Amino acid sequence: MASLFSGRGFNIASLSVGETIDPAVSRITLETIGSPPIIEQIIKQLRKLINVIKVVDLTGTEFVEREMMLIKVRAEASSRAEVLRIVDIFRCKVVDVSTSFYTIEVTGSESKISAILELLAPLGVEEVVRTGKVAIARSKK
Amino acid sequence: MEIKGASILLECLAREGVEVIFGYPGGVITDIYDQLPRTNIRHILVRHEQAAVHAADAYARASGKVGVVLVTSGPGATNTVTGIASAFMDSVPVVVFTGQVPTGAIGNDAFQEVDIVGITRPCTKHNYLIKKTADIALTVRHAFHLASTGRPGPVLVDLPKDVIAGVSEFKYPRKVVLPSYKPNYEAHAGQIKKAAELIINSRKPVIYAGGGVIMSEAHQELKDLAELMRIPVTTTLMGLGGFPGTHELWLGMLGMHGTYRANMAVAACDLLIAIGARFDDRVTGKTDEFCPEAKLIHIDIDPTSIKKTVQVNVPIVADCRNALIKLLREFNEGFENKTISKSAVKADHKAWLKQIAGWRETYPLSYEQEDNGPIKPQFVVEEIYRLTKGKAIITTEVGQNQMWAAQYYHFTRPRTFITSGGLGVMGFGLPAAIGAQIAQPDSIVIDIAGDGSIQMNIQELATAVENKLPVKVAILNNQYLGMVRQFQQIFYDKRYFGTDIACAPDFVKLAEAYGAVGLRAEKPGEVAPVLTEALATDRPVLIDFRIEREECVYPMVAAGEAMTKMLLA
Repeated sequence: MASLFSGRGFNIASLSVGETIDPAVSRITLETIGSPPIIEQIIKQLRKLINVIKVVDLTGTEFVEREMMLIKVRAEASSRAEVLRIVDIFRCKVVDVSTSFYTIEVTGSESKISAILELLAPLGVEEVVRTGKVAIARSKK
Repeated sequence: MEIKGASILLECLAREGVEVIFGYPGGVITDIYDQLPRTNIRHILVRHEQAAVHAADAYARASGKVGVVLVTSGPGATNTVTGIASAFMDSVPVVVFTGQVPTGAIGNDAFQEVDIVGITRPCTKHNYLIKKTADIALTVRHAFHLASTGRPGPVLVDLPKDVIAGVSEFKYPRKVVLPSYKPNYEAHAGQIKKAAELIINSRKPVIYAGGGVIMSEAHQELKDLAELMRIPVTTTLMGLGGFPGTHELWLGMLGMHGTYRANMAVAACDLLIAIGARFDDRVTGKTDEFCPEAKLIHIDIDPTSIKKTVQVNVPIVADCRNALIKLLREFNEGFENKTISKSAVKADHKAWLKQIAGWRETYPLSYEQEDNGPIKPQFVVEEIYRLTKGKAIITTEVGQNQMWAAQYYHFTRPRTFITSGGLGVMGFGLPAAIGAQIAQPDSIVIDIAGDGSIQMNIQELATAVENKLPVKVAILNNQYLGMVRQFQQIFYDKRYFGTDIACAPDFVKLAEAYGAVGLRAEKPGEVAPVLTEALATDRPVLIDFRIEREECVYPMVAAGEAMTKMLLA
C-alpha cells in the first residue's frame, strides 16, 4: 500500500495500523491531502488492491480522531515548574524523569497535540515521537 | 492421499485447462521439470525468460486463454520483470510461476534468491508467495481467477523449493471466494439511459475504442452500434482489429502517430464515446486541449481508469460487451417505439461524415515508392498486407516498425495485432510471434521488426526452429534506432548520437546459423518475390529488408502537444 502511494505520487501525512476484532483483518488509518479528483483516485486505487476489503472515507463526516505523542522536553531547575504546569493544564502524564528531561505522554486530537507542542517548544523540546492518527466514525444512534 | 507439491501444481494447471507452458529450468524447479514430461501439457523451452513471458502474453492475446510461464529463482525471476510489466500495462492474463529458495533460506541472501514478490508488487495485478504445500491448490485457483477476470492482468506465484518438494492432500477448490474482489460487469441502467440520450442528441459523435473491446469479445456489438447509429470509429493501438480497418466508418488509429482524420474528428466532435480505452497520453496529448467541445461517455471495467486523466460526463463501470448490448437494446427499442427514427439519425450525421471524408482526402496516409529508389518501409507493410490478404496475425517490435505496421496493415478481425503498447518493449515481437503461432497453428504469423529490436531477443530463433514454427520476421532494416533518430532528426537538428546501429550481424547468415531461412531484399522489385518465397515455406524465415535510412513516421504529434498539432511531412 505504501508503494502504491509513492509509485503514484500521492502523499501520506500520517499512517497507523493495527488488528481489528477479527485477527485476520487489520485496520489502516491513513491521512492524506489532495484535491477531490485526487482523493477519488486514491480511494479507487486502494479498492483495487486485492488484499483491501473495504475503504471508508471519513472526510467531511462526523468522526473522533486521536493521536498519541511522547515528548522529551528539557526540564532544568528554572523550567521544571512550567513544564509540570502545562502537563497539568492539558491533563497529560509524565512517564519518565531524569535530571535534565521529562518525557510526557499526550493523547488527543490534532489541535490538542499542536497546542501542547507549541507551548513546550520555547522550553526546549529534545525529541518527539507520534503514532499517527486513528479515527472512528461517530454513531448516529 | 498425499502427493508432492510438484504434482499438485501440474494437476492444478490441468484442471485450469492449461495446454502450453513457456519455461526455462533452473536449480529450484527441477522437481517440476521432472514431473512435467509425464503430463499432457506442452512445454516450450525458450532461450531467455523474458521471451517466455512475451510468448505467454501473445499466446493469451491470440487465443483468449491464460498464458502460463515457469521459471527458476533469482535471475530467472528477475528476467521476467520486463515481460510482466508489459502484460500489466496491456492488461493481459498471464500467470507466472517463479521458483524460490527454500522457505528457511528466504531473507538470508541465499544463492539465486530475490524478493520477486516485492519487486513485482507494482507491476502485477496480484502476487503470492506460497509458504505451505497445502496452500498450492487454492493459490493457483485464485491466481487464474484474478488473471482472467475483471480487468485482466499478470499474477505471479512464487514457489519455494521445499514447498514444491513437500507433500499434502490434494483438493481442488471448485468455487472461488474472494470477498475483497468483485469486479462489476453489469452496466447501470440509469447510466445507459443517459448515454443513449447523449448519443441520440449528438450531431458529431465519435467512438474511441481500445483493447477492452477485444478482451470483452465485443467487436460484433461495436460494429452493430456504429452501423446502427452511423457513428465513425477510431481505435487505439491496442484496439486495432476491434473494428474492421476496411469499413466505411473507420477513421484510422488516433493519437501521436494516428491518422489526420482520426485526430481531427476527435478534436471537433461533440460527443466522444470511449469504450474499453484508458485515455493514455499517446492519445490525449495535452489534456486541456483534448476534445474541447465534447461531452464524454466512458465505458470501462476498471473504476480507476475512469476520471484518471480526463473528466467524463457519463461514466459506466461495466464489461464492454454488456454495456454495448444494453445500449443497442435502448436504440432498437427506440426505433420500434418510433421515439427515434433511422432516417433522422442518417440525416443528422450526414454533414459530419462528409467533413470527415474531406479530411481523409486532404491528408491521407501517404508515402512515395519509386521503382528504382530505396525500399520504403510503408511499401513493405503494404506488400505484406496484400500477399497475406489481410488475414495474418501480425506482431511487432517497438518504434517506427510498430507504427508503420499499425498504419499500413488494415486489421479486420480481433486478436490479429499483437504489440507491446503500454510499456513499448523492444524485443517483444519475435517471442510474441512464437506464442501466437502456438495459439493459432493454422494462421500466418509475421513479426514486423526493426533492426534494433530484433537483436534484443534474437536467440528465440532457436525456439522457433526447434518447435518447427513457421513464423516470419520482416526486419525493416534502416541501420538506426529509427524512432529515436526521428526525434533527433526533427527536434535536435539531426544531431544523431547513440542511434546509429550499422554495426550489426548479417541477418541472412545469422538466420542460417540458427537453422532458419534467411532472405534479403534491397530493391523494391525484390520485395514481393522474397515475401512470396517466405510464405511458401513452413520453416521460420528472417527477411532483411534494406529500407530508406531516414524515413519518418507521419503524422507525428510531439509529446505534450495538442493532437491537432500534427506534423504531416
